[in-house]
Amino acid sequence: MDLYYIQGILMLAGINLMSVLGLSLLTGFTGMFSFGHAGFMAIGGYTSAMMTVNYGWPFIPALLMGALTAALMSALIGKLTLNLKGDYFCIATLGFGEAIRLVLDNVQYFGGARGWPGIPNYTNFTNVLIINIIAIIILANIIRSRQGRNMIAVREEELASQIVGINVFKYKLISLMISAAYAGIAGGLMAHYMTFLQPKMFSLVKSTELTIIVIFGGLGSISGSVLGALVLTSLPEILRSFSNWRLVIYGLSVIVIMISRPEGLMGGYELTPSSMKKLFTRMRSKKGNLPKSMEGGDTL
Amino acid sequence: MNILEMKNLTKCFGGLTAVGNVDFGVPKGIISGLIGPNGAGKTTIFNLITGVYKVTDGKILFKDNDITNKEPYLISGQGITRTFQNIRLFKKLTVYENVLIACHSNGNYNLLESVLRLPRCRKQEKQLKQKADDLLEIMGLKDRKDLIANNLPYGLQRRLEIARALALNPELLLLDEPAAGMNPDETAQLMTLISDIRPKFDLSVLIIDHHMDLVMGICEKIMVLNFGCKLAEGTPQDIQNNPKVIEAYLGVEG
Ligand SMILES: Nc1ncnc2c1ncn2[C@@H]1O[C@H](COP(=O)(O)OP(=O)(O)OP(=O)(O)O)[C@@H](O)[C@H]1O
Ligand SMILES: [Mg+2]
Repeated sequence: MDLYYIQGILMLAGINLMSVLGLSLLTGFTGMFSFGHAGFMAIGGYTSAMMTVNYGWPFIPALLMGALTAALMSALIGKLTLNLKGDYFCIATLGFGEAIRLVLDNVQYFGGARGWPGIPNYTNFTNVLIINIIAIIILANIIRSRQGRNMIAVREEELASQIVGINVFKYKLISLMISAAYAGIAGGLMAHYMTFLQPKMFSLVKSTELTIIVIFGGLGSISGSVLGALVLTSLPEILRSFSNWRLVIYGLSVIVIMISRPEGLMGGYELTPSSMKKLFTRMRSKKGNLPKSMEGGDTL
Repeated sequence: MNILEMKNLTKCFGGLTAVGNVDFGVPKGIISGLIGPNGAGKTTIFNLITGVYKVTDGKILFKDNDITNKEPYLISGQGITRTFQNIRLFKKLTVYENVLIACHSNGNYNLLESVLRLPRCRKQEKQLKQKADDLLEIMGLKDRKDLIANNLPYGLQRRLEIARALALNPELLLLDEPAAGMNPDETAQLMTLISDIRPKFDLSVLIIDHHMDLVMGICEKIMVLNFGCKLAEGTPQDIQNNPKVIEAYLGVEG
């Protein structure tokens, strides 16, 4: 395995991670499931590609434009469905994801179902890394602020949140919009990595994969999402030599983790410098009892 | 003077009138009680006041402002909070986090300031955390700060719910059966607590409870509800001697 190959896998993981981070805020911290995040990636991807290819914009502004468009689209869906009780939101996102794909299949301006080649190759290892680091810092700052704690409260108990003065609808909407913006950036990174876009890259399978990564990593844990994205993106690539068996192994490893640790790899815990320190002092004083010492007193 | 005024308040669930034409004023600065047999509509009245249920008919005035059918979070912002008959804490969060989240109304830094961790965010975060710490201290929960709320003993969960309500700087505190499931000892402690926090936080309090000794002991004004209608209203003595109340509670044929 040469360095170039490893970098390629890491870039794929980084692109995935970007939308997983967004989904982590929505699902892990606000308690809402979405099966349409690939749709937001598509919007971000096609918008940013349109900006660079057709309007000659530089990469970063084009990415931000993609994020903005995805966020606005999510606001529209949120306004319509977040007030409804039950699983309507989840179903709406599923419908949205599929609708976006079908629309793109038929828009000839973007190449339709055949796809859209010739997108400039702007995504590289450095900018994926930097963007992900910024994204993680922003997310961590949100989580340990009053806005983030309001989202956690909404996840825990909606009625009690209302009674302590939290506008539940507003915080669900904010969470959704940030989440969609992250997915939008991921889509833009993907477009300028593949240099090719096709609607079927953003199918329900993709949305499901993102949700699986968030749950696998552990709901309510940023470090879990990072770990999940790294493991579950690189696993199928590393196993590529096993050809047909790799997806079976992938599926099996997800199942094994979910059975042995239903709360996910990190479930509610965070790996932060201070929690690492606690872990090491605990390990030195007494061997064993690891997970408890990773308690994220810093998450809130 | 009344801090809260219910005018002709009515709530129907389909054909059932859970609350019918109730007129009642909650006086400012004292502890009042709301009693009545099971299913009388007491909790429903709390749900109407706090906006959890929509009013079918009538009006609710808080400090002379019409708050009928406002969203719960807005009513909370105006200065009314409550506890729940079946405790509703953020169960999986710590004691500290429960109170801290309720302190949020004391801060107003925006999302951008959070994302960039600007000075105003950092300063206010410090203040919010200080306030949460102070409240836990006052409520005697400080040594259990990092416990998961669900792991607290039952009596302390009720206490935490009151602490969380106080974090909102309410003017009117509604307590729905705060002594439910408590032994006489805990009930007595709770009575002291409620009488202590009332002047300390400059509150008006309305309590629903079935423990007659608690209600008669600390309430200065009481309303009795039966089948959704107001049966009587007055001082504890008035209520204890009222034949209609005795009849409703003992079920004597009139
Ligand atoms: N959401 C609802 N839908 C239908 N009926 C309801 C609803 N909430 C309450 N009720 C009915 O309204 C009536 C009053 O209920 P409420 O909970 O207010 O009684 P309560 O006085 O608090 O009784 P308890 O002392 O048992 O707590 C009951 O008959 C109850 O079944
Ligand atoms: Mg009740």
